[in-house]
Amino acid sequence: MDFQVIFNNFRFLILQGFFGFGTFAGGTLRLALPAIVLGFILGTFIGLARLARSRWIHWPARIYVEFFRGVPLVMVIFWFWFIIPALTGKSLPEYAVALTAFVIFEAAYLAEIVRAGIQSVPRGQIEAATATGLSRAQLMRHVVLPQALRNMIPALVTQFIVLLKDTSLASIIGYVDLTKAAQIVNNREIRPFELYLFIALIYWLCSYSMSRYTRRWENRLSPSPS
Amino acid sequence: MNYQLNWSILWSGQTGGWLLNGLLTTLEISSLAWLLALTLGNVAGALRTAPIPPFRWLASAYVEFFRNVPLLVWMFFWYFGMPPLLPQALQDWLLDHGAEFWAGVCALGVYHGARFSEVIRSGIQSIPKTQFEAAHSTGLTVWQTYRLIIVPIALRLIIPPATNETLNLIKNSSVALTIGVAELTFQTRQIETYTAKAFEALAAGTVVYLVLCLAISTLMAVVERRVAIPGMIAQGNASEF
Repeated sequence: MDFQVIFNNFRFLILQGFFGFGTFAGGTLRLALPAIVLGFILGTFIGLARLARSRWIHWPARIYVEFFRGVPLVMVIFWFWFIIPALTGKSLPEYAVALTAFVIFEAAYLAEIVRAGIQSVPRGQIEAATATGLSRAQLMRHVVLPQALRNMIPALVTQFIVLLKDTSLASIIGYVDLTKAAQIVNNREIRPFELYLFIALIYWLCSYSMSRYTRRWENRLSPSPS
Repeated sequence: MNYQLNWSILWSGQTGGWLLNGLLTTLEISSLAWLLALTLGNVAGALRTAPIPPFRWLASAYVEFFRNVPLLVWMFFWYFGMPPLLPQALQDWLLDHGAEFWAGVCALGVYHGARFSEVIRSGIQSIPKTQFEAAHSTGLTVWQTYRLIIVPIALRLIIPPATNETLNLIKNSSVALTIGVAELTFQTRQIETYTAKAFEALAAGTVVYLVLCLAISTLMAVVERRVAIPGMIAQGNASEF
């Protein structure tokens, strides 16, 4: 075992692979951060649509969620990888394909979190807001969503951890994230054990610290169950 | 857009057989990994509720380390990183017997074992303390309490999350294509490569996954309703607003 390989390629692995500064358009964080923000925006609309009264709105939203939750992410990435060129006639860079796939896929999971968050707001709040004469849109914006967002935060951070780990799958279509960077270095150095253990540690550091944070937050929010 | 749909590629020539083989490999790798995951998950989940601290630490270390790292990294680790450290005889045996398949089983099983253990732990912990106390006061031993009261209730409680994890495992088995396991997604890509019909091939693979997941979740919902204890478990009316 020889961990010298890590020190020699540290800059490439971390700066290029993890943050995305360098010659390749890559980076784990550069994919994960926009994906969670855009996915949350799309997910909020779909989550709200699932709660709509009209069945012409809530059925399509439900089918969307059930569809993407029943299909592997790898499959979804391949869909966008092959279908975007077939539909538009020109091929997009890996970054755009990966980002589209992640936003669409994660929105299905985030929509469920948004829905659960909204449903966790006590009914009395909605009745009181209605009684004061707020319209349904005003009620959502001023009363329900602010409270729902607070309840959602632990689940959102957990979903971000899942997303951060899932971005490693973007390496399948050639996007240079942390996993792909390790593969590139490994092709030259042939040190798989050391390299994959090292990137496992990097992923672990990010995920574990975030999950500790959510656990603290959850403990503070909810009174301890008996 | 000038793409000609041609669904007949799915049953002409060898493609149908490829899809079937892919499905069988997916089921094979998933079920072996599922058994491994369930074993590891049970042991780790039970140890995490154990009253002996070193056992708890050991189980926590396993769970936190394995579930916080992407499955893809584990695939590479078990396939590329692990074999060179094994004895020569075992390396040769693996080379002759599909090393990628066994690496895939290990990666999936150990990763999902860590996730299963959380399901099992929360199942045991969600049983009210009064159940233990009531069992104790009727004169049951600890072993009898677990066998007759706690385990039967816990198994019922964990059906929905355990089903969810099983479906995750099946969907995650698609990651094994990166190390060359010829499962369903791999075969879908092969059909796409041979016929240049991406849309049809991907649609076929997607439908197979959807049907598989739907079949399992429907079956488990029936099982859950059958074994539910009246009054103990809220019976599926969660979605009303």
